[in-house]
Parts: sequence; C-alpha cells; structure tokens
Amino acid sequence: MSAFSRQELLINTIARLLQGCRLVATGASSPIPGAGALLARAQSGGRMRVNVLGSVRNDFLCDGGVELFDLAGQGRLDAFFLGGGQIDGQANINLVGAGGAYPQTDVRWPGSFGSGSLYYLVPRVILFREEHTRRVLVPKVDFISSAGPQNDGTYRPGGPIGLLTNLCWFAFDREQCRFRLESVHPGHTVEEVRDNTGFDFDCPATVPATAAPDAETLALMRTRIARDIAETYPRFVAQVFPDLAAAGD
Amino acid sequence: MTRLAGQVPVSSLDQLAAEIPNGAKIAVPPDYSGVAMALTRAMIRRGLRDLHVVCVPISGLQVDMLAGAGCIGTVETSAITLGEYGTAHRFQAGLKARQFRMMDATCPAVHAAIQAAGKGLPFMPLRGLLGTDLLKNRPDWQVIDNPFETERRDPIVLLPAIKPDFAVFHAPFADRNGNVFIGRRRELVAMAHASTASLVTVEEIRDIDLLASEESAAGTLTAAYIGGIAEAPRGAWPIKLWDIYDYDEAHLKLYGEMARTPEGFARYCDEFVHEQKAAE
Repeated sequence: MSAFSRQELLINTIARLLQGCRLVATGASSPIPGAGALLARAQSGGRMRVNVLGSVRNDFLCDGGVELFDLAGQGRLDAFFLGGGQIDGQANINLVGAGGAYPQTDVRWPGSFGSGSLYYLVPRVILFREEHTRRVLVPKVDFISSAGPQNDGTYRPGGPIGLLTNLCWFAFDREQCRFRLESVHPGHTVEEVRDNTGFDFDCPATVPATAAPDAETLALMRTRIARDIAETYPRFVAQVFPDLAAAGD
Repeated sequence: MTRLAGQVPVSSLDQLAAEIPNGAKIAVPPDYSGVAMALTRAMIRRGLRDLHVVCVPISGLQVDMLAGAGCIGTVETSAITLGEYGTAHRFQAGLKARQFRMMDATCPAVHAAIQAAGKGLPFMPLRGLLGTDLLKNRPDWQVIDNPFETERRDPIVLLPAIKPDFAVFHAPFADRNGNVFIGRRRELVAMAHASTASLVTVEEIRDIDLLASEESAAGTLTAAYIGGIAEAPRGAWPIKLWDIYDYDEAHLKLYGEMARTPEGFARYCDEFVHEQKAAE
C-alpha cells in the first residue's frame, strides 16, 4: 500500500462519493472538495461537469452569481458541499455564530452563504468539516443556518448524504434523521470518533476502515488534479503537494 | 461645465461620493465582480452615516471598512468574509457593539429579492429556508402556501423586493456614451436594474461604442441605468478586478493586522483613506 496524506484520503473519499454525478459544484474556501470533484471528473470518462467557485478555467457559468442557485432550483446540480461552525446530530448546520444572543453572538462566523437554499435543493450534499471535535459536532446548533431534513412533507429534493471529517465518514439516514458511522479513517478508532463527537449516532458492531486511494489514483491526484486545483488554491497545493509546487508546475 | 459621457456625468471620486446621502440604501457586489474600493474610501472621507448596505450576495473588506468608519446603519448580507486574509474585525466589533442592524440572508435570497425589484415585482418566492433561524430572524420574509399546489401542503418563502437607491461597483471600462462593460458579471446588471441609479467607477473611459457590435453589447450595462461615472485606475485596489489585476496580498495582510483594533483602523484610515485624497 502506498503512503498517503490525510488530505489525499479525504480527496479520494469525496471523489468516490461523487460517482455518477453529472454536475458538481464547490463553494468558497473549499480546496479539498474542489480537488475531490476534479478527481471524480477525471475518473468519470467525460460524464461529469465540475464548477469550482473562484476558478477561471473550471468555472463554466456565465449568467452571474445567481446561475449556480438557478441550476440547483432547476434540479440540475447533483452535488454540493457545505460545512459549519457547528453541525448537530439532526444535520442542522450553523454558519452564523455561537454563544450569546443572536445577532450579538459571542463568536461570529462569516454567514450562511448559499446554504439556506442549496441544502434543500441539491440531492447529494456532502457535509465536510475537517475539525472533528465536540466544539464543532454538537448536540444542538446555536443557530440554524440551514435545517436538516424534517420529513414533514415540505418540498425537499435536497439534503445531506453524510458528513466527512478528519476522523471518519458518517452516512446520514434520511428516514431516521440520524448519522450512522460508516467508516473510520486509517489510523483512527471508533473510540476516538465517539470521544470527539458531541451528538448521538448509530454505530454498527464492526466499522470498516475508509478505503485508501490506490497507486493509480494517487498518481493522478499528485499531478493533473494538483495542477488543476492550484489555479484556485495555490497555497493549499504548496502545502499538500509540495513536490508539484517544487517542480514549478 | 460637467464632463459627459453621452448623457452620463463624469465626475471625480469625491463628487461621485457626494451623490450618496446619509441613510441611502446601496447595493454592492462580491470581490469577484468588481468592488468600488476607491469610491468606498471617498465615501469614508465624506463621513457618510447610517448607510443600508445590501451585499449581493456577500462582501468583505468594503463592509469591514465602512463598518469601522461608522458609516453603516444596516448590513444585509449572506456573509462577510476577508477569506484568507483573516477575520473581519471591524464588522464583528460593530455588530457586537450594536452599531448597526444585522439582516442575515442566504445568497439566492438576496439575488431573488434584487431580481424582484429589477422586474418591478413586490416580492419573489424562494425554495428552502424553512425551519431556519435565518427565516425566524427576518420578520420581513413571509411564508405562504403555494396557491398552485392543490394535492399537498407546500409552504414557500416570499421575499420582499430589495430596491436600493444606488448600485455601487467598479468595472474595467465605460464607452464614450456611458455604457459600462460588465462581461459575464451579470449580477451587476441585476443590481443596476433593481436600483434607482448606479454609481460606477471604471479603470478608464474608452472612445468606443460598446453597443456597435453584438459581441460587446452582450457584455454591456446600458447607460440608461448609470447615474454617474468616475475614472479610477486600480479602483478596486486592494481587491482584485476580474483577471485584470490580483489581490494586493501584502496590503490586505497589513489591513488585517491594523484593523484588529479601532486605534489601528484609525491609523490605517489616516494613511490610506484620508491621505489618498490628492492621489485619487
């Protein structure tokens, strides 16, 4: 087995989760989702389109800032990524702030961005937050920027398929409105996940390790994909793919 | 005598800033569209107060500076972020000190409400938002049952149109008739249509006619929407302008450090806002 970095495992996992999508977009400050989406596109044999926000070469939208949201409303956007300063066990996400009384919260984050609508419309939303701590993964978010699925009969073609962190991949059970621990990343344990998760989740008796990238995928990631995502996230590439950066690509 | 580009007055930055009264509602674009930063500095020099700033759909340095300078009465936005250049300290401090009213939104809601105004409609529906604290904290947003759905309950959110007094942005160039090239940045068109008038800064005014060919007309905001133009070379600095120039990373880092405290921000303004008057 080849050695790989934490980020390479996450990129590989995201690419796997995106299989079969026709149109994928990534939002602000999303180098790992962006690389994962570009990897999935490279593996799709030309069947996938990817729009990387902030890119010129990988941004095909030309009807202004609203077009991405219009695509989602039309049902054309298959997958998107959302994070959260807080995420709870019902998959509510908080991008606004924590503690205190809104709007004078003790901690203020940038804001909800497009989440308040995209979470409801995009069928395959991948919640992605590298930090896996009880500070982030809480029993109940302090502010709901975007609500998890309620199964209350309201219009909701979209929602989370799961939550990817530095430790694991939780799948989201849409019927039960709960996360289920699906795989733990190599080098980590179920106990570690339990200790660092503030919400209850379902956990089977045996939890497999998250699949590692194979040699061919790693080679692709470290050359073409790293070069592609460097256009938008040069600092990320310098840090995660230093060999490519050193080669002056 | 006032210089004209077609029927559009061409003025200095300070004259353009003087068009904006205290309490005006202004629409501003995100960094990738073209932010009128030189005009923003002129607005701070003018000492504007109580502005209602509508970010279409997000903002960063521009709102942080206007907040730090005490120009803002209301912020309506989906996010305020300086991205890689750190926390928006002046915005956050102003919010905590209740110096302005906060209207948190989500990107497509701002776009939709701007589009409603551009079509002369009183409101626009939007999917999503149900069950959020965004909706709970926006008494101006309403939920109705979709009147066209008879089979099941279908609640949907209605957003009142956002009608700014001014759209304020920076673009690469205008032509001799006051038409402004906006390329594929169509949100600038939506903002201009929704607003009473657009105050636009440009890198330069070119002696051409953008409407003369189909190709250039397709990327043009027609002069009928423009209330005034000022020439401001590098007018988005220190923010980037499209692929024409990039962020001034060193300067943004400096800003991020100085703007941590009110005193540091005041020193920043002394050096880069008030002293720049002659240069701009």
